[in-house]
Amino acid sequence: MPAKASRAAFGEALLELGAHDDRIVTLDADLSKSTMTAKFAKTYPDRAFDLGIAESNMIGVAAGLALTGKIPFACSFACFVVGRFETIRISVAYTGANVKLVGTHVGVAIGEDGYSQMGLEDIACLRALPNIPIIQPADELETKQAVAYAVEHAGPLYLRLTRQPLEAVNPPDHRFRLGRWNVLREGHDVTIVGTGGPLFNCLEAARRLAAEGLSAEVVNAASVKPLDEELLLRSAARTGRVVTVEDHSIHGGLGGAVAEVLSEAHPMPLKRLGVIGFGESGDPSGLYVKHGLDPAGIALSVKKFLGG
Amino acid sequence: MKSAPLEAIARDCRIQIIRMLTHAGSGHPGGSLSVIDLVTALFFGRMRHDPKRPDWPERDRLILSKGHAVPAVYAAMARAGYFPESQLVTLRKLGSPLQGHPDRTALPGIEAATGSLGQGLSVALGQALGLKLAGSAARVYCILGDGEIQEGQVWEAAMAAPKLGQPRHPLDNLAVIVDYNKIQLDGFVAKILDLEPLVAKWQAEGWPVIEIDGHKIDQIEKALDQAEATKGVPTVVVAHTVKGKGVSFMENDPEWHGKAPKPAEAIRAIREILRVPESDWDAHLATHPAMRTLVDELRALDAK
Repeated sequence: MPAKASRAAFGEALLELGAHDDRIVTLDADLSKSTMTAKFAKTYPDRAFDLGIAESNMIGVAAGLALTGKIPFACSFACFVVGRFETIRISVAYTGANVKLVGTHVGVAIGEDGYSQMGLEDIACLRALPNIPIIQPADELETKQAVAYAVEHAGPLYLRLTRQPLEAVNPPDHRFRLGRWNVLREGHDVTIVGTGGPLFNCLEAARRLAAEGLSAEVVNAASVKPLDEELLLRSAARTGRVVTVEDHSIHGGLGGAVAEVLSEAHPMPLKRLGVIGFGESGDPSGLYVKHGLDPAGIALSVKKFLGG
Repeated sequence: MKSAPLEAIARDCRIQIIRMLTHAGSGHPGGSLSVIDLVTALFFGRMRHDPKRPDWPERDRLILSKGHAVPAVYAAMARAGYFPESQLVTLRKLGSPLQGHPDRTALPGIEAATGSLGQGLSVALGQALGLKLAGSAARVYCILGDGEIQEGQVWEAAMAAPKLGQPRHPLDNLAVIVDYNKIQLDGFVAKILDLEPLVAKWQAEGWPVIEIDGHKIDQIEKALDQAEATKGVPTVVVAHTVKGKGVSFMENDPEWHGKAPKPAEAIRAIREILRVPESDWDAHLATHPAMRTLVDELRALDAK
């Protein structure tokens, strides 16, 4: 499979699912060309609603539609969706409305547009709400499975999607399941838990570490919430060291969630890799180097962490 | 002729509002009393709903966006038979489905969680659109507070509503009512952040506007008829009301936005709602055993 942005895979999956399920509707806030729902809107004009640049209202309307039996996908850049936290908190989460929140353009990987357009705190915010699972698929295959899962899942849910193309990292027989992680590469010296965009770099880092005699296990944490505590603890118990990697603020994201589980269930050394401070404009690869999310950066952090 | 029983129901609901707030020891009497005539007209004269089937798909919906006034809706729901009136005194108590602000998941019949102000209209738009898409004849009613519409999200929704679903699914199944009681928590709306020209603002967004006295049942019914007859766009009713309506010492006093009456104040309030002069009160209670019980129940709170 050629590399494909998870937002693009999302748009394709929705178009396909929409053909068989007229409960599916899309809502956008003037970014349908970027969230990739535009084709759905063109194909099913009666089931696509552009609410204009008014995300709070978009999310509230989605909640109302859900309460009448529709399955609304409310889409925008992750920062603009989760920026309307209070509307999500009450109209979606507390109401128990079956809304699928979709945040695209996550992380510093969006590059040139700079910090104001980067979803960097969305996981941290939504982790605090009791009933909203967070799914961050790592490649095209997994994204399409996650979208199909979102339709089936009864209740609100958040899909975290990238602007940049993602190389395939999962095996062809992979099946996404909520609350379940999968091991992409087995190892015994350290467990690298990655999610979304940087996972391919985690695998590349593991290959480089192997050349230096370090065996790294790489785990795909597509289900950011709930975590797969069982797999995490099993792998961590075996390797004795955990590194988390995410294109999200280093505070409150996957790393924070893993830290909470490990420190209660099996305290051990943990290293969190993520974005420190605000993002900025720049080319995406340069930003990954700056934040240590490139293969060399991840490999270096792991080596230092292991005392090498 | 139809108006008389509705006024009697509204009076009974006012008494229950006072009763449950006194039991709770906290809550919002002012806005509950200003909105109760509107809620009564909707629940008992307008909406198609079935207390035995709160999830009936064809029901009309009411979203009380000014969720702090939910005692008014609880009183109406109990009266309609959604739950026993005896449950009203559990308001705000641990484990009660009668949460301080509406919780859809706790109490069947509540359509949306509200009370974080400014959100209800957007949800109402979504419901109205969903019903239209489903070909349903059900209608959606949304009550906004006046202070509430200082929230920006209300105007996002107000801008969208007359255009959303056009041309095949216009939201003419939606009627919005503004409970314009002129007072918010910190004081008079005109002093905090004036809404005027309120009618012109809604008109500028493309809404037909009807202005009424929100305590006159016949005016409310006429406005709702007119809203229902209006095709192609939703309608907004600006209902001029009095905060604390029906209780002399609560009327137009910002102090009573969010303060529960003490038992003695509650008994006086109920006497005023019943329009019984103080001199006739004991005789009234002697001949009205149910009211006597209610008053005794309130007096007993003082002993606690």
